[in-house]
Amino acid sequence: MEVVQLQRSFVEYMDSLFREGFLDAQFSQLQQLQDDSNPDFVVEVVSLFFEDSERLLNDLTMALDQPNVDFKQVDAHVHQLKGSSSSVGAQRVKNCCIPFRNCCEEQNTEACLRCLQQIKQEYLLVKNKLQTLFDLEQQIVAAGGAIPMVQ
Amino acid sequence: MGMAATESQFHVLAVDDSVIDRKLIERLLKTSACQVTTVDSGSKALEFLGLQEHDKNQTNQPCVTLDNHQEAEINLIITDYCMPGMTGYDLLKKIKESSSLRNIPVVIMSSENVPSRITRCLEEGAEEFFLKPVRLSDVNKLKPHMMKTKCKSHKQQQPETIITETNQESIDIAYVVPPQVPQTESDNTVLQQQQQSQANSNNKNKRKALEESLSPDRTRPRFSSLAAI
Repeated sequence: MEVVQLQRSFVEYMDSLFREGFLDAQFSQLQQLQDDSNPDFVVEVVSLFFEDSERLLNDLTMALDQPNVDFKQVDAHVHQLKGSSSSVGAQRVKNCCIPFRNCCEEQNTEACLRCLQQIKQEYLLVKNKLQTLFDLEQQIVAAGGAIPMVQ
Repeated sequence: MGMAATESQFHVLAVDDSVIDRKLIERLLKTSACQVTTVDSGSKALEFLGLQEHDKNQTNQPCVTLDNHQEAEINLIITDYCMPGMTGYDLLKKIKESSSLRNIPVVIMSSENVPSRITRCLEEGAEEFFLKPVRLSDVNKLKPHMMKTKCKSHKQQQPETIITETNQESIDIAYVVPPQVPQTESDNTVLQQQQQSQANSNNKNKRKALEESLSPDRTRPRFSSLAAI
């Protein structure tokens, strides 16, 4: 019975992540690419995303901390972050990048800093949610169950 | 998948500076039964293809496993557009300017939908332009382009009749193609081309690989419900 409850929690949690816009269809695409020969594909890609994002957020913080901000460089970092969040389906992070790039174009440091703050928040949120999701998966597997496929 | 003879597998060179996108494209291509080599820059791609004069003992290319590029018959190059240094467009140009490489089909990927960019790439000779994130339905469009190079190198016959848009109408549904998967036109086109090609033993392996990748327990026939955002 525990397995069934875990599976139900998993499905509900996944549904909420999509409903609340944390994840989009691209995340489902990642799940579709996972199979018995590549059972950890999603976790692997998401782990790369975490590493990459944290590096980029650090770079952004430093770049915006300079006396003379190099907005081209800032924009390049945001572009990268937009790309990687898009590739894993982290929709809210991706959506934060768009206004951020506008602020870069306007060369508005204050606005950029606000955008950075927002992106950091969204990133931490989605990171937390995904880690919760992976924990649930592990619990299901440990209890001998199969991870449900969610549309 | 897991074929020992590399002859029957398509070999794709994927170029992208993003580690996440490299992982993604590699998985997508492998799902399509392709052998994949990934590199993180245009210059590394050219090195791999043998265009640049470099010592063969280059050690700073973790992704390159073949030390004799001549054995690495590349059937397709898929490259990101926005890369530091050499862009995907620059790479495309260099490939098309090379007498030895110009026949390799090149596909460009980009996260930005800029019509002038797309036109420029297609005019320069790119076969396709994919918007990122790239999906399985995009990768399924690659086989026809790769078949062109295979047939040319193996036999000297009818390379031009292989892939045209009109062939998509005459769909052969004798193979296992789940009806719920909408983007199967390219696959069916490929399946029909495989029938026409005279490399029969090669085709058996390709068909198997295609069927394996389309079998119900591996793919979820829900692509149609995944709305593109």
